[in-house]
Amino acid sequence: MATNRMFRTCPSTGLVFHQPAERLMMANAVAAAVFLLFGGILAIMVVLTRWPAVHLLAADRFYQVLTGHGINMLIFWVIFFEIAVLYFCSSTLLKSRLATPGLAWAAFWLMVIGALINNYAVFWRDDSSVMMTSYAPMGAHWSFYLGLILFAVGALVACFVFFGTLVVAKSERTYVGSVPLVTFGAITAAIIAVFTIASGAIILIPTFLWSLGLISHIDPLMYHTIWWAFGHSSQQINVAAHIAVWYAIAAIVFGAKPLSERVSRSAFLLYILFLQLASAHHLLVDPGLSETWKIFNTSYAMYLAVLASMVHGLTVPGAIEAAQREKGYTHGLFEWLRKAPWGNPVFSGMFISLVGFGFLGGISGVMMGTLQLNTLIHNTLYVPGHFHATVVIGTSLAFMALTYFLIPTLFRREVMFPTIAKWQPYVFGLGMTGVALFLMAAGTLGVPRRDWDITGAGNAFPYSFPGSAFLMLGLAAISGLIAITGGAMYLLNTVGSVFFGKRIQTPDFQHVRAAEGVAPSPKPVAAAIGSYHPGGGGALVAPGTFILALVFLVSFVLYYFINWKYLATVWPMR
Amino acid sequence: MAHATDIDAAPEEEIPEEPIPAMQQLLDNPFLLLFLGVVIPTVFYLIWGVMEILSIPLIK
Repeated sequence: MATNRMFRTCPSTGLVFHQPAERLMMANAVAAAVFLLFGGILAIMVVLTRWPAVHLLAADRFYQVLTGHGINMLIFWVIFFEIAVLYFCSSTLLKSRLATPGLAWAAFWLMVIGALINNYAVFWRDDSSVMMTSYAPMGAHWSFYLGLILFAVGALVACFVFFGTLVVAKSERTYVGSVPLVTFGAITAAIIAVFTIASGAIILIPTFLWSLGLISHIDPLMYHTIWWAFGHSSQQINVAAHIAVWYAIAAIVFGAKPLSERVSRSAFLLYILFLQLASAHHLLVDPGLSETWKIFNTSYAMYLAVLASMVHGLTVPGAIEAAQREKGYTHGLFEWLRKAPWGNPVFSGMFISLVGFGFLGGISGVMMGTLQLNTLIHNTLYVPGHFHATVVIGTSLAFMALTYFLIPTLFRREVMFPTIAKWQPYVFGLGMTGVALFLMAAGTLGVPRRDWDITGAGNAFPYSFPGSAFLMLGLAAISGLIAITGGAMYLLNTVGSVFFGKRIQTPDFQHVRAAEGVAPSPKPVAAAIGSYHPGGGGALVAPGTFILALVFLVSFVLYYFINWKYLATVWPMR
Repeated sequence: MAHATDIDAAPEEEIPEEPIPAMQQLLDNPFLLLFLGVVIPTVFYLIWGVMEILSIPLIK
């Protein structure tokens, strides 16, 4: 079909942008940053309240702020950014027009309105401090659920715009054969998103009706089970999306090709088939569900998804090593890593994300997903420690790193404060590593999550934690403030560059006949990120990565068995 | 197998005639993947879990 469309080609990268898709990417990315800003301000108050020496907020205000922090960060910030990533991976990488831009705008506004309504319920109505999980029978105002439903419907529509764009690209032959690996990762994220949002609808719509008095009651266990198919799977969208971003950045910065397309795609397939089942680890201590259901979904299915994560953890740095060695960095095992562009925030952010996600989030996630070990840390601060490693170091930092690439290519602006950008991933990564480690340490000592006052002061049954627990909380708070500083550095640079940065003059949009192709032969970046490499980047020419993988495996095994030993010491039967 | 994303680089006459492996066909079909990615967790997590909850005897 020969249709005239508005496209532009980035002169430095060769990436092709469709005008409506570009505007939608910008809108979703800006919305993401706005909710990150709001969630970040709330994070200051959460941190300063859980710091026992400060204890800033009163109890009711703390639970309200914690509710808003969780939803704005875990749902609104990441999903808005992920929608931008989906449009980038479909329209831009496939050089295709975006399917139904009007519908995509409707999806965007539904998400914005839903997010605003939800925040209205939490902050303006002041009667919906039910945490992100909003466990029934603890009820919120109906607008709380309505906001989430509208947001979810908008995100679902955006996912189908993404799938529609894949159809358009194939039918208009903007590519032939297989989609690029990065787009395949985005397909994985979108598939998980469809299951996630459908599960959310299954449980949130009746809960909404219950809040209106149209349904007499919601069974708590049923709510718990179905809600986690939404609540945890939403974080699995993040995993698939940020791993797609890792592959993208490896291609952007190094021109790296995957070590093996087949292996990487098979790993994404394991995510598609099994990653959502890991939601069951939230129910490992719930009554009513059999051990068979729990163990199948976690210790069998989840481990296949963990295997996929370990594959990605090997192949992404392996691809970088192979690319670096091709450039001549062949001395010893780690010259490729020492000579990597550590001053480039696109790379440093991505690499810190990879290491933090693997060592902190991955290992702790496997521990939590083991039925017996889970009892050590269930509903303790260990859980927020874990997901600050996966979602914040893993996902948020990867998205931040990608932003530094998108500012000049998508927004066509120069980065306003390059020195701040250079240091930002380190400040944010270091701070958030401290948050994750110290929260997990406090959780190991039994400190509960979501608790305004762990001492239970004034209660009939106060509890006395060891002094080390308070030390861990204090260190977590200090680390949190460092991470918040890193987040502020990111937002300062992002907002400053996008709205006030120096404009980069590039050829503007022009009508292009789709049937004639929408771009000239790709430049190196576009060729690396937007192509299928059937043979991969080469055989295993990454000995340094292999050593790093062995270090990871030793850490993994040691930590796993230390926890079994720890479990043996707390077992009440002697 | 010759795969590319740039139509300039892969004109139609270069598309191979050899059969595409089944695994490749699966990975190249996003809607089949979508079907699997929704059905498997729906069966093993949601339906199985809900059936177990519904089978809990009610107090009399």
